[in-house]
Amino acid sequence: MAETNPQKVFAPWEDPTAVPLIRFEAVTKKFGTFTAIDNLNLKIYRGEFFALLGPSGCGKTTLMRMLAGFETPSEGAIWLDGQNVAPIPPNKRPVNMMFQSYALFPHLSVWENIAFGLKRSDMPKDQIGERVQEMLRLTRLEQFAKRKPHQISGGQRQRVALARSLAKAPKLLLLDEPLGALDKKLRQETQFELMDIQEKTGTTFVIVTHDQEEAMTVATRVAVMDHGKLIQVATPAGIYETPNSVYVADFIGEVNIFEGAARRISDDMVEIDYAEGKAPLRAVTSEALAPAQKVFFAVRPEKILVSHQPPHERANEVKGKIVDIAYLGNISTYRVRLETGQMVSAQMTNAKRLARRDFTWEDEVWLSWTETAGVVLTR
Amino acid sequence: MNRKLSWFNVTSLTLGFAFLYLPMVILIFYSFNASKLVTVWAGFSTRWYVALFHDQQFLDAAWVTLRVGVMSSTLATVLGTMAAYVLVRGGRFTGRTVFSGMIYAPLVMPEVITGLSLLLLFIAIGIDRGIFTIVLAHTTFAMCYVSVVVSSRLMTFDRSLEEAALDLGCSAFDAFRSVTLPIIFPAVISGWLLAFTLSLDDLVIASFASGPSSTTLPIKIFSAVRLGVNPEINALSTIMISIVTLGVITTSLISKNAIRRQREEEQAAASQ
Amino acid sequence: MNFRRFSLISVPYLWLLIFFLVPFLIVLKIALSDTAIAIPPYTPVLDPAAGWAGLKEFFSGLDFENFTFLTEDDLYWKAYLGSLKIATISTLLTLMVGYPIAYAMAQAADEWRPTLMMLVILPFWTSFLIRVYSWVGIIGNEGLLNHVLLASGLISQPLQIMNTPTAVYLGIVYTYLPFMILPIYSALEKMDTSLTEAAVDLGCSRGQAFWLVTLPLSRPGVVAGCFLVFIPALGEFVIPSLLGGSQTLMIGKVLWEEFFSNRDWPVASAVAVVLLAILVIPIILFQRNQQKQEEAGR
Repeated sequence: MAETNPQKVFAPWEDPTAVPLIRFEAVTKKFGTFTAIDNLNLKIYRGEFFALLGPSGCGKTTLMRMLAGFETPSEGAIWLDGQNVAPIPPNKRPVNMMFQSYALFPHLSVWENIAFGLKRSDMPKDQIGERVQEMLRLTRLEQFAKRKPHQISGGQRQRVALARSLAKAPKLLLLDEPLGALDKKLRQETQFELMDIQEKTGTTFVIVTHDQEEAMTVATRVAVMDHGKLIQVATPAGIYETPNSVYVADFIGEVNIFEGAARRISDDMVEIDYAEGKAPLRAVTSEALAPAQKVFFAVRPEKILVSHQPPHERANEVKGKIVDIAYLGNISTYRVRLETGQMVSAQMTNAKRLARRDFTWEDEVWLSWTETAGVVLTR
Repeated sequence: MNRKLSWFNVTSLTLGFAFLYLPMVILIFYSFNASKLVTVWAGFSTRWYVALFHDQQFLDAAWVTLRVGVMSSTLATVLGTMAAYVLVRGGRFTGRTVFSGMIYAPLVMPEVITGLSLLLLFIAIGIDRGIFTIVLAHTTFAMCYVSVVVSSRLMTFDRSLEEAALDLGCSAFDAFRSVTLPIIFPAVISGWLLAFTLSLDDLVIASFASGPSSTTLPIKIFSAVRLGVNPEINALSTIMISIVTLGVITTSLISKNAIRRQREEEQAAASQ
Repeated sequence: MNFRRFSLISVPYLWLLIFFLVPFLIVLKIALSDTAIAIPPYTPVLDPAAGWAGLKEFFSGLDFENFTFLTEDDLYWKAYLGSLKIATISTLLTLMVGYPIAYAMAQAADEWRPTLMMLVILPFWTSFLIRVYSWVGIIGNEGLLNHVLLASGLISQPLQIMNTPTAVYLGIVYTYLPFMILPIYSALEKMDTSLTEAAVDLGCSRGQAFWLVTLPLSRPGVVAGCFLVFIPALGEFVIPSLLGGSQTLMIGKVLWEEFFSNRDWPVASAVAVVLLAILVIPIILFQRNQQKQEEAGR
């Protein structure tokens, strides 16, 4: 997540007096007997780059289409800038959408595509030309203005779609998996471009994606969805470091889960019995827990240190054997089978060069982490 | 995979197309025969063409047929496109099954039945039979063909284009006019041509629906050939076959060219 | 439902209702009427101005006399059966001729396909009447075929093809061939060729692969093609009229002659009603097949 100004952190969701731009109020959407969205409540604030993240079928696209006006809620209400959008058809909403397939009009040139929405607004004719030029400049498409969509490349088409959707300066821009068709390098470049444009224009963006890396890169806040419900809504850091459930922890990046019974030993510390005959894990949590409650301890691979000898400096140590190594150039991921049989992933940077590497397959190693390295989850 | 055809396939194609084309080729051949008889070749002659162009009845009938064709196919295209849009985008509405049935049934209904029923309708309402009634009749069955052609195109049409148009501020009608129609236009033209051909070619329904002063070309042709081979008809057939051949070849070449050019442009763009 | 949507639906709907559905009701009504030397040549005629009394009189004038007449005279049921027989045989013949052509087209290299399509479509766009007529000069007793065969000594007497059912078969197969080829070709073209390759890879001979894989997968196309030939062929008029002669009894011709030559509109209407009743089931089956294909394609 890019922060342009480290002093002023953009976080209107923490301000209790802030008025949201979008509010979903107990929204349910059913298609026949299938419930796509289940009693959903959500607030999205002006200026956010909000990501809806989840697997296929979780309802994220349905949510977006309700904002655009192509679906109507079965129950509940959606408020946009203080107005109930239910009676407003898609062509009258101050919302524009960038389609997954770009949906560029093949019979119109790039210029005409961008001007299309403007011609149907009340912008005076002479200003339309200027505005289109501005959009062409913003997306660096000036020299392609006269071309038709089939005469430009995939990346350029994507920029036309973006320019077209921003031309009317909407209050809200919806992006439906916009980067799916691009190759990895182009995708990364475009992600930063999108963030730039969003900040420059000050538009509120809502992006739908199944790519968690993408969501983490561009978004100010991420909503993880599953089966029509919001599981967690937080900043990328919040989602990653403090997931509220195993589902979220597992969805983003890699995670190791230890299941066990928790026992509180002090105000902030608990002990977790995860395996018979093994020393309990120690973790910091202030959550109220019932005695011997079943919990899931989640710790990310990069928080785990791999060493030949037990380090004894960290609260948690477990022994295991390296079963697999994934060498990724800058980092290596070690898959270690513990004595309990559980597989744990640990990740370390390759601080030393390959020939001088410490660990190899079949090595007996110790994995260790601190008591604040992970999160105790109750579901 | 071996794309060369087996001898069986080559034979099928050769025999098949020979079967399809030989009779027409023979017809063309004999239109230039100075003799009336099929069995005697009396030398190359264009006398039958001359006779044809001097036959006032034929020319009148051709003119009627042309006018009926243009009017009915244009009307049929409008109605058929509307029907196609309703079928594909209309969703559910009361009477949809009946509507769908009425659109598909004429495609397979024997013409004697449609012709008879329409004539009885005209008489019951009290309309005098003439060019107007033929146009009504042709429009009715042609619109079903147009609707099949256009709805088939509409079904493959990318709906997100219509949604994008709505999203950018179009009303439903505006979206149709500015986005859908320009893109499906080739299918609409196809439909028009199909309706036109069907109208030009129709004998049975026109026989029921026409009046004394509104003889169409097919009716005239039919009464001429009931008695056997007619050399003027050979000439007329050759002319009609030539026009169709020219038309089909031209459209083939145009569309092949357009596709090729589009593909080249796409490739050029992708390699940028 | 807003006004725009309403008028969009109702305009074509009303048109078809008035010019397609209502006429059928009228045919039914006239099938129940009697002939009259009058204009129009049937009675009773519904007089809207006569009110309820007129309506009662109208309904009392209707009877099934014409339908019983159809069963009494040999001509009609012979014509119906004749039509069924000819339509069935012609459909099968067209299938046997059309399938290999469609198959060969689907096997052809990509660059040939547009040309082959064009070659099939061209007869389709050419006048039906002319194509039927083109056989008149060929199969007659003094026609080209007999002329060539006699001259080459292969036969000593001219073959009687014209004015026999054989000529009708020939005519139907010839004119309806594109209607059979196009749906079958379309189905074969969509088929994934790797399926036959997989079958051969698993041990089938080429013939077996065709029989077990290709043929079943082309079934929707075959069914569509057969309906597109069978149903119109049943009521065909032009082909039996020009090529079939008085021997060949087809119901379309009977209807025409009943109407134009005998001027017996009620009987012609009754013939039409019975023909329609026979066709209802195939038509419904055809529509079901089309709908299934549409849904599969979506």
